[in-house]
Amino acid sequence: MYLNKEEERMYDGFYGDTVRKSMEILVALGDIYDAEKLVNITSAQISGVSYKTIGDAGLEYLEDLASDKNLNRESVAKVPSTLNPAGTDLDNWESLGFPPKFSKKQNEIVDAYGMLGISKTCTCTPYLVGNVPKFRDHVAWSESSAVAYVNSVIGARTNREGGPGALAAAICGKTPMYGYHLEENRKANLLIELETPISGIDYGALGYMVGKEVGSGVPYFVLKNDSTNTELKALGAALASSGAVALYHIENETPEYDSAGKNELIKNNNKILITDSDIKNTCENLTNSSKNEADLVCLGCPHASLEEIKDIANIVKNKEIKNDLWVCTSINVKAASDRMGYTKIIESAGGHIVCDTCMVVAPIEDMGYETIGVNSAKAANYVPSMCGLDVIFDEAKNLIKFKS
Amino acid sequence: MVIKCRTISKGKARGELIVSNELLSFLGGVNPNTGEVIDSNHELKGKFIKDKILFIPGGKGSTVGSYVIFQMKKNNVAPRAIICLNAEPIIATGAIISDIPMVDLPESTEGLVNGVKVEVNGEDGEITIL
Repeated sequence: MYLNKEEERMYDGFYGDTVRKSMEILVALGDIYDAEKLVNITSAQISGVSYKTIGDAGLEYLEDLASDKNLNRESVAKVPSTLNPAGTDLDNWESLGFPPKFSKKQNEIVDAYGMLGISKTCTCTPYLVGNVPKFRDHVAWSESSAVAYVNSVIGARTNREGGPGALAAAICGKTPMYGYHLEENRKANLLIELETPISGIDYGALGYMVGKEVGSGVPYFVLKNDSTNTELKALGAALASSGAVALYHIENETPEYDSAGKNELIKNNNKILITDSDIKNTCENLTNSSKNEADLVCLGCPHASLEEIKDIANIVKNKEIKNDLWVCTSINVKAASDRMGYTKIIESAGGHIVCDTCMVVAPIEDMGYETIGVNSAKAANYVPSMCGLDVIFDEAKNLIKFKS
Repeated sequence: MVIKCRTISKGKARGELIVSNELLSFLGGVNPNTGEVIDSNHELKGKFIKDKILFIPGGKGSTVGSYVIFQMKKNNVAPRAIICLNAEPIIATGAIISDIPMVDLPESTEGLVNGVKVEVNGEDGEITIL
């Protein structure tokens, strides 16, 4: 792979070990994927944050990087960078009942990232809190649902980065140029036509179905209705969890649909029709619990927007919730919710706004829960395998039960 | 005898080869405290890769595997060097962050069998059979 003079200096250790190692990772990844060169990025988003997934090994690596004696302004993140969700609410873990040892380790991990110049904002929806690239920017993001959103809805360019690769990209301000960074790889390879309009959790069910069908391909949707950003967030999350979708196009909605090659797909009859009953069946099949009620209703996968929190506040206003209720989001959106009074409404009803974490990466299996209620197809897909718990998949208004 | 390769992770190391034709997942497949292969379906099951030169086709499984390699290095139970037919991101990243020399795409695999002593040169991209 071609390196310019400055990149050579970084690779040779001129700026210390942290930069050298990061550059070595980028060069190795570039070689593995046949990249011709590196490309400058404008943003990074880094996975590998939860203590549940990276453990003591990950913590030690990050502390090693952060303790580099040569660590100076040259060796910390070169571009705006945020973190994926952590395993606990970093500030309020104690009152929410998160295990203390786990929570302490979790804070150490996030502090080490902070020392490397990465913002300690832990969220899977960085595009809701200021980490927002422009159309056609090259970026290095790793959270799979955020990758789908930033590629598809915003039209920036990223591959599905691994955690250490995205961190290396943040530290160097560069990433190897291959895959979705190249125009020719952004064409669609399956046309999906919807028979009827969809809304709410239907988007997750659609993504779940199509993700299985296309694997790592690029779907092109023709919908019967317009979508909200919240619905697109759910669609991408589901596509990226049942499949490995990094990019999708929606006719008349997403920025690159008219260069996605729809005519080719029609010419080759490369298309499927999704019916109303396909969507309904998928919604039903995403529930694997025989119970009617969840112990814990967990909303905000991917992290809730202010609009979603407002809707939840309207559902629970002046009522008393029977289940435990978590609404997962970032500290930024929580601050806005506090100011709007939504947090108070939800807390008065017995629910919680939980920051920094989510049901997939938190140790919920150790917190006494058995059945989790979710309105996210991604969460419904991961909670049984990653947490060993049962799920009910439904709209928030049906999941939340009230004391009579 | 010298076999040309591609450099993945810099550095040099000598040791005895341990060879498998199967992909290896470090997460769940190797005990990071002892260096023992614990994946019950793997042909190296029960073998220790500590201080060996590990020669496998490549890695598989979770990207957290990179951090498992790092933990093995910290626990002094990591392989001295890694040779892959085709490197993939998990092991490549793991080797780099752990300062373990690594090469891939060997021009020939003749003579690279269990127990043979080799030197892996991650600077020049070479394996030397000693």
